[in-house]
Amino acid sequence: MENLLNIFIKSIFVENMVFAFFLGMCSFLAVSKSVKTAMGLGIAVIFVMVITVPVNFILEKYLLKKGALIWLGEGFADVDLSFLTFMIFIAFIAAMTQLVEMIIEKFSPALYNSLGIFLPLIAVNCAILGASLFMQEREYENVLEATVFGLGSGIGWLLAIVGIAAIREKLKYSNVPDPLKGLGITFILTGLMAIAFMGFMGISL
Amino acid sequence: MSNQEKEPILSAKNLKLLTEPLGRNNPITVQVLGICSALAVTVKLKPALVMALSVMIVTGFSNLVIASLRKFIPDRIRIIVQLVVIATMVILVDQFLKAYVFDVSKQLSVFVGLIITNCIIMGRLEAFAMANKPWPSFLDGIGNGAGYGLILVIVSFFRELLGSGTIFGYPVLEKLGIYSTGYENNGMTILPPMALIIVGLIIWVHRSRDKNLVEK
Repeated sequence: MENLLNIFIKSIFVENMVFAFFLGMCSFLAVSKSVKTAMGLGIAVIFVMVITVPVNFILEKYLLKKGALIWLGEGFADVDLSFLTFMIFIAFIAAMTQLVEMIIEKFSPALYNSLGIFLPLIAVNCAILGASLFMQEREYENVLEATVFGLGSGIGWLLAIVGIAAIREKLKYSNVPDPLKGLGITFILTGLMAIAFMGFMGISL
Repeated sequence: MSNQEKEPILSAKNLKLLTEPLGRNNPITVQVLGICSALAVTVKLKPALVMALSVMIVTGFSNLVIASLRKFIPDRIRIIVQLVVIATMVILVDQFLKAYVFDVSKQLSVFVGLIITNCIIMGRLEAFAMANKPWPSFLDGIGNGAGYGLILVIVSFFRELLGSGTIFGYPVLEKLGIYSTGYENNGMTILPPMALIIVGLIIWVHRSRDKNLVEK
Protein backbone atom coordinates (compact mmCIF):
# COMPACT_ATOMS: atom_id res chain seq x y z
CA MET A 1 0.00 0.00 0.00
CA GLU A 2 2.76 2.39 0.97
CA ASN A 3 4.53 1.53 -2.22
CA LEU A 4 1.47 2.43 -4.28
CA LEU A 5 1.04 5.73 -2.45
CA ASN A 6 4.68 6.46 -3.10
CA ILE A 7 4.31 5.86 -6.84
CA PHE A 8 1.18 8.00 -6.86
CA ILE A 9 2.73 11.01 -5.12
CA LYS A 10 5.92 10.68 -7.11
CA SER A 11 4.18 10.58 -10.47
CA ILE A 12 2.09 13.66 -9.66
CA PHE A 13 4.68 15.95 -8.12
CA VAL A 14 8.25 14.75 -8.36
CA GLU A 15 8.19 13.22 -11.81
CA ASN A 16 5.53 15.47 -13.24
CA MET A 17 5.08 14.74 -16.94
CA VAL A 18 5.17 18.38 -17.97
CA PHE A 19 7.68 19.92 -15.59
CA ALA A 20 10.22 17.14 -15.26
CA PHE A 21 10.04 15.51 -18.70
CA PHE A 22 8.34 18.11 -20.92
CA LEU A 23 5.87 15.57 -22.17
CA GLY A 24 2.62 16.70 -23.74
CA MET A 25 3.95 20.20 -24.31
CA CYS A 26 2.26 20.72 -27.67
CA SER A 27 -1.28 20.52 -26.38
CA PHE A 28 -0.15 22.01 -23.09
CA LEU A 29 0.82 25.22 -24.86
CA ALA A 30 -2.00 25.30 -27.37
CA VAL A 31 -5.03 24.46 -25.20
CA SER A 32 -4.06 26.40 -22.09
CA LYS A 33 -5.83 29.65 -23.00
CA SER A 34 -8.85 29.06 -20.76
CA VAL A 35 -9.24 27.06 -17.58
CA LYS A 36 -12.44 25.37 -18.71
CA THR A 37 -11.00 23.85 -21.88
CA ALA A 38 -7.81 22.94 -20.07
CA MET A 39 -9.84 21.08 -17.47
CA GLY A 40 -11.72 19.14 -20.17
CA LEU A 41 -8.56 18.09 -21.96
CA GLY A 42 -6.91 17.21 -18.67
CA ILE A 43 -9.74 14.88 -17.73
CA ALA A 44 -9.66 13.26 -21.17
CA VAL A 45 -5.93 12.69 -20.76
CA ILE A 46 -6.38 11.13 -17.31
CA PHE A 47 -9.05 8.84 -18.71
CA VAL A 48 -6.93 7.68 -21.64
CA MET A 49 -3.86 7.22 -19.44
CA VAL A 50 -5.60 5.18 -16.76
CA ILE A 51 -6.72 2.76 -19.44
CA THR A 52 -3.69 2.65 -21.72
CA VAL A 53 -0.92 2.25 -19.15
CA PRO A 54 -2.22 -0.96 -17.48
CA VAL A 55 -3.34 -2.47 -20.79
CA ASN A 56 0.04 -1.75 -22.32
CA PHE A 57 1.57 -3.30 -19.21
CA ILE A 58 -0.36 -6.50 -19.87
CA LEU A 59 0.54 -6.42 -23.56
CA GLU A 60 4.17 -5.97 -22.64
CA LYS A 61 4.11 -8.81 -20.14
CA TYR A 62 2.24 -11.42 -22.15
CA LEU A 63 3.12 -10.49 -25.72
CA LEU A 64 6.21 -8.40 -26.21
CA LYS A 65 8.86 -9.27 -23.64
CA LYS A 66 11.44 -11.93 -24.33
CA GLY A 67 9.90 -15.22 -23.31
CA ALA A 68 6.51 -13.57 -22.78
CA LEU A 69 4.79 -15.90 -25.20
CA ILE A 70 5.60 -18.97 -23.11
CA TRP A 71 1.92 -19.37 -22.27
CA LEU A 72 1.43 -20.47 -25.87
CA GLY A 73 3.73 -23.45 -25.35
CA GLU A 74 7.37 -24.34 -24.88
CA GLY A 75 8.24 -23.62 -28.47
CA PHE A 76 7.62 -19.91 -27.98
CA ALA A 77 10.02 -19.48 -25.04
CA ASP A 78 12.67 -17.80 -27.19
CA VAL A 79 10.45 -15.43 -29.12
CA ASP A 80 11.36 -11.79 -28.50
CA LEU A 81 8.92 -9.27 -29.93
CA SER A 82 10.19 -6.27 -27.99
CA PHE A 83 11.13 -4.44 -31.19
CA LEU A 84 7.40 -4.16 -31.88
CA THR A 85 6.79 -2.25 -28.64
CA PHE A 86 6.30 1.18 -30.20
CA MET A 87 3.96 -0.12 -32.85
CA ILE A 88 1.70 -2.04 -30.45
CA PHE A 89 1.61 0.72 -27.84
CA ILE A 90 0.78 3.46 -30.29
CA ALA A 91 -1.85 1.36 -32.06
CA PHE A 92 -3.66 0.72 -28.79
CA ILE A 93 -3.43 4.38 -27.77
CA ALA A 94 -4.80 5.53 -31.11
CA ALA A 95 -7.74 3.13 -30.81
CA MET A 96 -8.44 4.32 -27.25
CA THR A 97 -8.38 7.96 -28.29
CA GLN A 98 -10.89 7.29 -31.02
CA LEU A 99 -13.18 5.81 -28.36
CA VAL A 100 -12.81 8.76 -26.00
CA GLU A 101 -13.50 11.10 -28.88
CA MET A 102 -16.76 9.33 -29.65
CA ILE A 103 -17.80 9.34 -25.98
CA ILE A 104 -17.14 13.07 -25.56
CA GLU A 105 -18.89 13.89 -28.82
CA LYS A 106 -21.99 12.05 -27.59
CA PHE A 107 -22.16 13.31 -24.02
CA SER A 108 -20.65 16.78 -24.18
CA PRO A 109 -20.80 18.37 -27.64
CA ALA A 110 -19.80 21.77 -26.20
CA LEU A 111 -16.55 20.38 -24.83
CA TYR A 112 -16.06 18.48 -28.08
CA ASN A 113 -16.21 21.69 -30.08
CA SER A 114 -13.91 23.62 -27.80
CA LEU A 115 -11.25 20.90 -27.79
CA GLY A 116 -11.38 20.82 -31.59
CA ILE A 117 -8.34 19.34 -33.29
CA PHE A 118 -6.65 18.57 -29.98
CA LEU A 119 -8.92 15.68 -29.17
CA PRO A 120 -7.66 13.40 -31.97
CA LEU A 121 -4.22 14.76 -31.16
CA ILE A 122 -4.35 13.07 -27.75
CA ALA A 123 -3.23 10.05 -29.76
CA VAL A 124 0.00 11.86 -30.47
CA ASN A 125 0.18 13.48 -27.06
CA CYS A 126 3.66 12.52 -25.97
CA ALA A 127 2.58 12.33 -22.35
CA ILE A 128 0.45 9.29 -23.07
CA LEU A 129 2.96 7.28 -25.05
CA GLY A 130 5.58 8.58 -22.63
CA ALA A 131 3.69 7.16 -19.66
CA SER A 132 3.58 3.75 -21.32
CA LEU A 133 7.26 3.85 -22.20
CA PHE A 134 8.25 4.97 -18.69
CA MET A 135 6.10 2.18 -17.33
CA GLN A 136 8.14 -0.21 -19.46
CA GLU A 137 11.50 1.33 -18.58
CA ARG A 138 10.89 1.41 -14.82
CA GLU A 139 9.68 -2.18 -14.75
CA TYR A 140 6.69 -1.88 -12.45
CA GLU A 141 5.82 -5.17 -10.86
CA ASN A 142 2.10 -5.60 -11.33
CA VAL A 143 -0.94 -4.16 -13.05
CA LEU A 144 -2.00 -2.25 -9.93
CA GLU A 145 1.27 -0.33 -9.81
CA ALA A 146 0.99 0.47 -13.49
CA THR A 147 -2.58 1.73 -13.04
CA VAL A 148 -1.62 3.95 -10.12
CA PHE A 149 1.28 5.32 -12.14
CA GLY A 150 -1.05 6.08 -15.07
CA LEU A 151 -3.54 7.82 -12.79
CA GLY A 152 -0.84 9.84 -11.05
CA SER A 153 0.78 10.98 -14.29
CA GLY A 154 -2.61 11.99 -15.68
CA ILE A 155 -3.45 14.01 -12.58
CA GLY A 156 -0.04 15.64 -12.67
CA TRP A 157 -0.65 16.68 -16.26
CA LEU A 158 -4.10 18.06 -15.41
CA LEU A 159 -2.62 20.03 -12.53
CA ALA A 160 0.02 21.54 -14.80
CA ILE A 161 -2.32 22.55 -17.62
CA VAL A 162 -4.99 24.00 -15.31
CA GLY A 163 -2.31 25.95 -13.45
CA ILE A 164 -0.82 27.50 -16.56
CA ALA A 165 -4.28 28.22 -18.00
CA ALA A 166 -5.23 30.11 -14.83
CA ILE A 167 -2.06 32.18 -15.04
CA ARG A 168 -2.58 32.91 -18.73
CA GLU A 169 -6.12 34.12 -18.08
CA LYS A 170 -4.74 36.70 -15.63
CA LEU A 171 -1.87 37.50 -17.96
CA LYS A 172 -4.24 39.10 -20.47
CA TYR A 173 -4.31 42.20 -18.28
CA SER A 174 -0.59 42.57 -17.85
CA ASN A 175 1.87 44.49 -19.94
CA VAL A 176 4.23 42.00 -21.58
CA PRO A 177 6.89 43.17 -24.09
CA ASP A 178 5.50 42.68 -27.60
CA PRO A 179 7.89 40.02 -28.95
CA LEU A 180 7.43 38.00 -25.79
CA LYS A 181 3.63 37.98 -25.97
CA GLY A 182 1.86 34.65 -26.26
CA LEU A 183 4.28 31.81 -26.76
CA GLY A 184 7.45 33.34 -25.32
CA ILE A 185 6.04 34.35 -21.97
CA THR A 186 4.23 31.03 -21.66
CA PHE A 187 7.52 29.21 -22.02
CA ILE A 188 9.16 31.31 -19.35
CA LEU A 189 6.15 30.89 -17.04
CA THR A 190 6.29 27.15 -17.50
CA GLY A 191 9.97 27.28 -16.62
CA LEU A 192 9.21 29.19 -13.44
CA MET A 193 6.45 26.74 -12.52
CA ALA A 194 8.89 23.90 -13.12
CA ILE A 195 11.33 25.53 -10.71
CA ALA A 196 8.55 25.65 -8.14
CA PHE A 197 7.81 21.97 -8.72
CA MET A 198 11.45 21.14 -8.15
CA GLY A 199 10.74 21.88 -4.52
CA PHE A 200 9.04 18.49 -4.38
CA MET A 201 12.22 16.73 -5.43
CA GLY A 202 13.36 13.97 -3.14
CA ILE A 203 9.97 13.45 -1.50
CA SER A 204 9.29 9.79 -0.86
CA LEU A 205 7.21 7.98 1.70
CA MET B 1 24.47 17.37 -49.47
CA SER B 2 23.52 15.61 -52.65
CA ASN B 3 20.47 17.87 -52.95
CA GLN B 4 22.58 20.83 -53.90
CA GLU B 5 24.33 18.95 -56.70
CA LYS B 6 21.18 18.19 -58.64
CA GLU B 7 20.34 21.79 -59.43
CA PRO B 8 17.39 21.29 -61.81
CA ILE B 9 15.41 19.33 -59.24
CA LEU B 10 16.06 21.94 -56.62
CA SER B 11 14.08 24.83 -58.06
CA ALA B 12 13.70 28.08 -56.16
CA LYS B 13 10.35 26.93 -54.80
CA ASN B 14 11.79 23.69 -53.49
CA LEU B 15 14.73 25.48 -51.96
CA LYS B 16 12.30 27.64 -50.07
CA LEU B 17 10.71 24.51 -48.59
CA LEU B 18 14.10 23.59 -47.28
CA THR B 19 15.11 26.95 -45.83
CA GLU B 20 11.83 28.47 -44.55
CA PRO B 21 11.58 26.16 -41.54
CA LEU B 22 15.03 27.27 -40.44
CA GLY B 23 13.85 30.78 -39.75
CA ARG B 24 10.51 32.36 -40.57
CA ASN B 25 8.51 29.17 -40.27
CA ASN B 26 10.48 27.33 -37.62
CA PRO B 27 8.58 24.31 -36.31
CA ILE B 28 9.43 24.99 -32.67
CA THR B 29 9.41 28.75 -32.24
CA VAL B 30 6.70 29.59 -34.78
CA GLN B 31 4.52 26.57 -35.43
CA VAL B 32 4.83 25.40 -31.79
CA LEU B 33 5.26 21.75 -32.74
CA GLY B 34 7.45 19.04 -31.29
CA ILE B 35 8.45 20.79 -28.13
CA CYS B 36 8.00 17.70 -26.00
CA SER B 37 11.20 15.96 -26.95
CA ALA B 38 13.07 19.12 -27.85
CA LEU B 39 13.73 20.07 -24.27
CA ALA B 40 14.54 16.86 -22.49
CA VAL B 41 17.46 15.83 -24.69
CA THR B 42 19.27 19.16 -24.67
CA VAL B 43 21.44 18.81 -21.57
CA LYS B 44 24.46 17.86 -23.72
CA LEU B 45 25.26 18.60 -27.34
CA LYS B 46 25.91 15.04 -28.46
CA PRO B 47 22.53 13.48 -27.65
CA ALA B 48 20.87 16.64 -28.98
CA LEU B 49 22.67 16.26 -32.29
CA VAL B 50 21.81 12.57 -32.56
CA MET B 51 18.20 13.36 -31.75
CA ALA B 52 18.13 16.13 -34.37
CA LEU B 53 19.46 13.79 -37.06
CA SER B 54 17.02 11.04 -36.10
CA VAL B 55 14.07 13.39 -36.31
CA MET B 56 15.28 14.76 -39.62
CA ILE B 57 15.48 11.27 -41.09
CA VAL B 58 12.08 10.26 -39.74
CA THR B 59 10.31 13.43 -40.93
CA GLY B 60 11.95 13.26 -44.34
CA PHE B 61 11.20 9.65 -45.08
CA SER B 62 7.74 9.44 -43.55
CA ASN B 63 6.80 12.52 -45.56
CA LEU B 64 8.15 10.78 -48.65
CA VAL B 65 6.23 7.57 -47.99
CA ILE B 66 2.94 9.25 -47.12
CA ALA B 67 3.19 11.59 -50.11
CA SER B 68 3.71 8.60 -52.41
CA LEU B 69 0.74 6.79 -50.89
CA ARG B 70 -1.51 9.82 -50.46
CA LYS B 71 -3.96 8.85 -53.21
CA PHE B 72 -4.52 5.37 -51.76
CA ILE B 73 -5.06 6.28 -48.11
CA PRO B 74 -8.73 6.40 -47.13
CA ASP B 75 -9.47 9.65 -45.33
CA ARG B 76 -11.11 8.13 -42.27
CA ILE B 77 -8.23 5.91 -41.21
CA ARG B 78 -5.40 8.20 -42.25
CA ILE B 79 -4.18 8.84 -38.70
CA ILE B 80 -3.62 5.15 -38.06
CA VAL B 81 -1.87 4.75 -41.42
CA GLN B 82 0.37 7.73 -40.68
CA LEU B 83 1.19 6.42 -37.23
CA VAL B 84 2.14 3.02 -38.62
CA VAL B 85 4.48 4.58 -41.17
CA ILE B 86 6.05 6.84 -38.54
CA ALA B 87 6.36 3.98 -36.04
CA THR B 88 8.14 1.85 -38.65
CA MET B 89 10.65 4.61 -39.34
CA VAL B 90 11.22 5.17 -35.63
CA ILE B 91 11.76 1.46 -34.99
CA LEU B 92 14.41 1.45 -37.74
CA VAL B 93 16.15 4.50 -36.25
CA ASP B 94 15.92 3.06 -32.73
CA GLN B 95 17.44 -0.27 -33.73
CA PHE B 96 20.16 1.54 -35.66
CA LEU B 97 21.06 3.72 -32.67
CA LYS B 98 21.09 0.70 -30.36
CA ALA B 99 23.47 -1.07 -32.70
CA TYR B 100 25.95 1.72 -33.42
CA VAL B 101 25.81 4.35 -30.66
CA PHE B 102 24.54 2.43 -27.67
CA ASP B 103 25.60 4.94 -25.01
CA VAL B 104 23.75 7.80 -26.70
CA SER B 105 20.74 5.56 -27.19
CA LYS B 106 20.73 4.90 -23.43
CA GLN B 107 20.93 8.62 -22.69
CA LEU B 108 18.01 9.39 -24.95
CA SER B 109 16.03 6.61 -23.20
CA VAL B 110 12.33 6.88 -24.01
CA PHE B 111 12.75 9.94 -26.16
CA VAL B 112 13.65 8.00 -29.29
CA GLY B 113 10.33 6.20 -28.99
CA LEU B 114 8.65 9.51 -28.42
CA ILE B 115 9.66 10.69 -31.89
CA ILE B 116 6.52 8.81 -32.94
CA THR B 117 4.38 11.29 -31.09
CA ASN B 118 6.48 14.26 -32.10
CA CYS B 119 3.88 16.66 -33.38
CA ILE B 120 6.20 18.00 -36.08
CA ILE B 121 5.95 14.75 -37.98
CA MET B 122 2.19 14.38 -37.72
CA GLY B 123 1.78 18.08 -38.37
CA ARG B 124 3.85 18.01 -41.57
CA LEU B 125 2.16 14.83 -42.78
CA GLU B 126 -1.27 16.37 -42.30
CA ALA B 127 -0.41 19.83 -43.54
CA PHE B 128 1.95 19.04 -46.39
CA ALA B 129 2.53 15.44 -47.41
CA MET B 130 -1.17 14.60 -47.81
CA ALA B 131 -1.49 17.28 -50.50
CA ASN B 132 1.85 17.39 -52.29
CA LYS B 133 4.11 15.33 -54.53
CA PRO B 134 6.76 13.07 -52.97
CA TRP B 135 9.86 15.13 -53.78
CA PRO B 136 8.69 18.49 -52.36
CA SER B 137 7.29 16.60 -49.36
CA PHE B 138 10.65 14.98 -48.75
CA LEU B 139 12.34 18.38 -48.83
CA ASP B 140 9.68 19.82 -46.56
CA GLY B 141 10.31 17.01 -44.09
CA ILE B 142 14.07 17.45 -44.14
CA GLY B 143 13.69 21.22 -43.82
CA ASN B 144 11.40 20.97 -40.81
CA GLY B 145 13.61 18.35 -39.22
CA ALA B 146 16.55 20.70 -39.70
CA GLY B 147 14.65 23.64 -38.24
CA TYR B 148 13.87 21.51 -35.21
CA GLY B 149 17.49 20.39 -34.99
CA LEU B 150 18.74 23.98 -35.18
CA ILE B 151 16.82 24.97 -32.04
CA LEU B 152 17.93 21.77 -30.30
CA VAL B 153 21.57 22.51 -31.02
CA ILE B 154 21.31 26.16 -29.93
CA VAL B 155 19.60 25.23 -26.66
CA SER B 156 21.98 22.39 -25.86
CA PHE B 157 25.00 24.55 -26.73
CA PHE B 158 24.09 27.05 -24.04
CA ARG B 159 23.04 24.42 -21.54
CA GLU B 160 26.21 22.40 -21.91
CA LEU B 161 28.50 25.44 -21.97
CA LEU B 162 26.97 27.16 -18.95
CA GLY B 163 26.01 24.03 -17.06
CA SER B 164 29.05 21.81 -17.39
CA GLY B 165 31.56 24.17 -18.99
CA THR B 166 32.14 21.86 -21.95
CA ILE B 167 31.34 21.64 -25.66
CA PHE B 168 30.94 18.11 -27.01
CA GLY B 169 32.58 16.95 -23.77
CA TYR B 170 35.66 19.14 -24.37
CA PRO B 171 36.36 21.31 -21.31
CA VAL B 172 36.43 24.70 -23.03
CA LEU B 173 36.05 26.91 -19.99
CA GLU B 174 38.77 25.06 -18.11
CA LYS B 175 41.23 25.43 -21.02
CA LEU B 176 40.46 29.12 -21.29
CA GLY B 177 41.20 29.52 -17.61
CA ILE B 178 37.80 31.00 -16.79
CA TYR B 179 37.54 29.11 -13.51
CA SER B 180 40.62 30.78 -12.06
CA THR B 181 38.81 34.11 -12.26
CA GLY B 182 36.22 32.78 -9.83
CA TYR B 183 33.55 31.59 -12.29
CA GLU B 184 31.52 28.53 -11.30
CA ASN B 185 29.38 26.26 -13.43
CA ASN B 186 25.73 27.20 -13.29
CA GLY B 187 24.11 23.94 -12.21
CA MET B 188 20.68 25.41 -12.82
CA THR B 189 21.01 25.20 -16.60
CA ILE B 190 21.30 21.42 -16.47
CA LEU B 191 17.95 21.16 -14.71
CA PRO B 192 14.75 20.92 -16.75
CA PRO B 193 13.26 24.39 -16.03
CA MET B 194 16.12 26.24 -17.72
CA ALA B 195 15.46 24.50 -21.02
CA LEU B 196 12.01 26.09 -21.08
CA ILE B 197 13.37 29.49 -20.15
CA ILE B 198 16.11 29.32 -22.81
CA VAL B 199 13.55 28.45 -25.49
CA GLY B 200 11.45 31.35 -24.23
CA LEU B 201 14.43 33.67 -24.67
CA ILE B 202 15.17 32.30 -28.15
CA ILE B 203 11.57 33.07 -29.11
CA TRP B 204 11.97 36.55 -27.70
CA VAL B 205 15.11 37.21 -29.77
CA HIS B 206 13.58 35.65 -32.88
CA ARG B 207 10.42 37.74 -32.64
CA SER B 208 12.17 40.98 -31.89
CA ARG B 209 14.12 40.51 -35.11
CA ASP B 210 11.10 39.56 -37.18
CA LYS B 211 8.18 41.79 -36.19
CA ASN B 212 5.72 39.87 -38.40
CA LEU B 213 5.76 37.00 -35.95
CA VAL B 214 4.63 39.02 -32.94
CA GLU B 215 1.33 37.77 -31.54
CA LYS B 216 -1.44 40.30 -31.09
